[in-house]
Amino acid sequence: MNMVNLTINNVKVSVKEDTSILQAAKQYSMNIPTLCYYEDLNIKSDCRVCVVEIDGKKGLTSACSTPVREGMVVNTNSPRVLNARKTIVELILSNHDTNCTTCVKNMKCELQSLARNLGIDENRFPSVFEKCDIDDNNPAIVRNPNLCIKCGRCVDVCNNVQGTSVLAILGRGHETRVSAVFDEDLNDDFCTFCGQCASVCPVGAITEKDDTDLVWHALTDPKKHVIVQVAPAVRVSLGEEVNQAIGTIVTGKMVTAMKILGFDQVFDTDFTADLTIIEEGNELIQRVTNGGILPMMTSCCPGWISYAEQRYPDILDHISSCKSPQQMFGALAKSYYPQKAGLDPKDVFVVSVMPCTAKKYEAKREEMSVDENSPDIDVVLTTRELGKMIKQMGINFENLKETPFDSPFGITTGAAAIFGATGGVMEAAIRTVYEVVNKKPLESLDFKELRGLEGIKEAEVNLGGSMVKVAVAHTLSMAKVLCDQVREGTSPYAFIEIMTCPGGCIGGGGQPYGTTNKVRQERIDSTYRLDASMTLRKSHENPEVIALYKDFLKEPLGELSHHLLHTHYSDRKNK
Amino acid sequence: MLKELLEKYEKKEDLLLEILLECQVVKSDHFISKDDIKEIADYLSIPESKVCSVLSFYTFFSDKPRGKYIIQVCKDIPCYISSDVNVLNIIEKELGIRVNETTSNKQFTLEYTSCLGCCEAGPVMRINDKIYTHLTADKIKAILSEYRVYM
Repeated sequence: MNMVNLTINNVKVSVKEDTSILQAAKQYSMNIPTLCYYEDLNIKSDCRVCVVEIDGKKGLTSACSTPVREGMVVNTNSPRVLNARKTIVELILSNHDTNCTTCVKNMKCELQSLARNLGIDENRFPSVFEKCDIDDNNPAIVRNPNLCIKCGRCVDVCNNVQGTSVLAILGRGHETRVSAVFDEDLNDDFCTFCGQCASVCPVGAITEKDDTDLVWHALTDPKKHVIVQVAPAVRVSLGEEVNQAIGTIVTGKMVTAMKILGFDQVFDTDFTADLTIIEEGNELIQRVTNGGILPMMTSCCPGWISYAEQRYPDILDHISSCKSPQQMFGALAKSYYPQKAGLDPKDVFVVSVMPCTAKKYEAKREEMSVDENSPDIDVVLTTRELGKMIKQMGINFENLKETPFDSPFGITTGAAAIFGATGGVMEAAIRTVYEVVNKKPLESLDFKELRGLEGIKEAEVNLGGSMVKVAVAHTLSMAKVLCDQVREGTSPYAFIEIMTCPGGCIGGGGQPYGTTNKVRQERIDSTYRLDASMTLRKSHENPEVIALYKDFLKEPLGELSHHLLHTHYSDRKNK
Repeated sequence: MLKELLEKYEKKEDLLLEILLECQVVKSDHFISKDDIKEIADYLSIPESKVCSVLSFYTFFSDKPRGKYIIQVCKDIPCYISSDVNVLNIIEKELGIRVNETTSNKQFTLEYTSCLGCCEAGPVMRINDKIYTHLTADKIKAILSEYRVYM
């Protein structure tokens, strides 16, 4: 590729052609401030914060959208640039609810940092801010238009990454607003609550519904026995919330921190991930051997389930009837666990920590209740909310000792650990299904072709002498490709894994802010490192899962399993 | 009714504006409803949110029922600074409605619009397809009484 030579702030730089001025400056350690720009998303250049001055050019130019040219002389911080940039931010602030200390994004807000870095001590413009209604009529996502700066990142993610097109820019000029289609509140007719919008929002305009108060309340209630489960993807990302390097594996310290927070028992969702593999693997074997509906599709991801119910109601019988690991845990926590621990199920308060905002919605689905009165999972927290509680408690996370998870949902396998990464559920399922069907050990446990950030991945497995094709998709726009094939009857696969979020749960809508593909890859690498380091790497070898079947469930797909661990889906399109 | 209208058009996203324009003219209340949006989006295989975005961008379109005559007063700066009178206020008083409202006999709807492209002749307003320039209080009253005659 050709190199282009130019000058940025008196520094001679040489970068590949087609590099933007923004990227060129960054490569030479000069960061141009941005607001609407987000790595991996489309360039919008609508905030104009990244404007720079180019010699010989009359107006200012946005650095994010302008490619470098040979001999260009760029000044990123001339008085004219600084004045323009400051004015832009002051104008944004004059139409913004600037009560920063009581904002959910306080100290994590990109607008706040920008204002500070630009040295905006006072705003020259009077406030024209008018309060509008907040949309919080769903269990997962809060949209606060009072904080929206119309950068368009959420609309971009919703349209182009997820292909769901729930959010749109409506209106024009001063009346421009980001809103859901028809200006309606977000609801389960059209939104999957994946939370990718919240994940990229630079301010506090879209966030998860904060449920930390409910958990604090339960933790201080002497009558409640409060237990918590932690999803596989949280242990490789929570570190970022407590100043650890990206991808740091914090499992042991995380358990200790939750003990300090006051949870009576700290359990591992990895346990029910293993259980999911046993149930789902057996369901697949049954479908393959009995001529059942194929391809079978995974059911762990609540965003995907909503998407299918809303847009592909005709292929719902392809989806495994297995509940997600979160809900399998919930069902056991309100049945098997109280029985074993000698507790009244009514006193058991179940909290989940998930990388996901859609899990908050899943937990509130009416079918997710063993006693048909109260939900199996009482509260779902995101990784970010757990980080918040750790900070509220004043825990010095770095110096914590490591504690193992509690029994009986504490022993897990590498197969469960990789549930958090795209392709992980498929790989875990193959490890088990291969051995159960072929009755011999799998030679290599690593299915590298199913790993990584490519949109759709495929593999072939020998099951009972015939080669079976499987596929993995992440993001809903990629899911659409596989769903259309299933709908048209042209799908060449026997088993399909679908995860809503880019990268799988490690890139979930409830994960620490600043998730980019680079960050996703680091979390994925840690996930597979964790898998490789474990003694047990196949779900069917988990001794606690084996014991659970022996003591309680009896057999996979049995009567009790069916009652507790399986569910059904409903058509939301034609309701 | 919309079905017949749609079938005249190729299923091309580029034709969205034409479809919206015709749909609005043909419909009795001169607006595009939620069901229309769904039907158009479905026909063109584009997201409903895309239709909403386009619809809400142009002041020519409305998603609420409107009267027979749609009066749109320019609210951009050139008209504002060339006005000796408050065009909107005069019409509001004359018709007894506020902006974004329709008279009870469904004859007039009063709206704001962004620039109509006649800045040199401001203040301006549009009634359906016709643009009126150099507005004064008397001129506005005369124009309105003309439309009342047709009622």
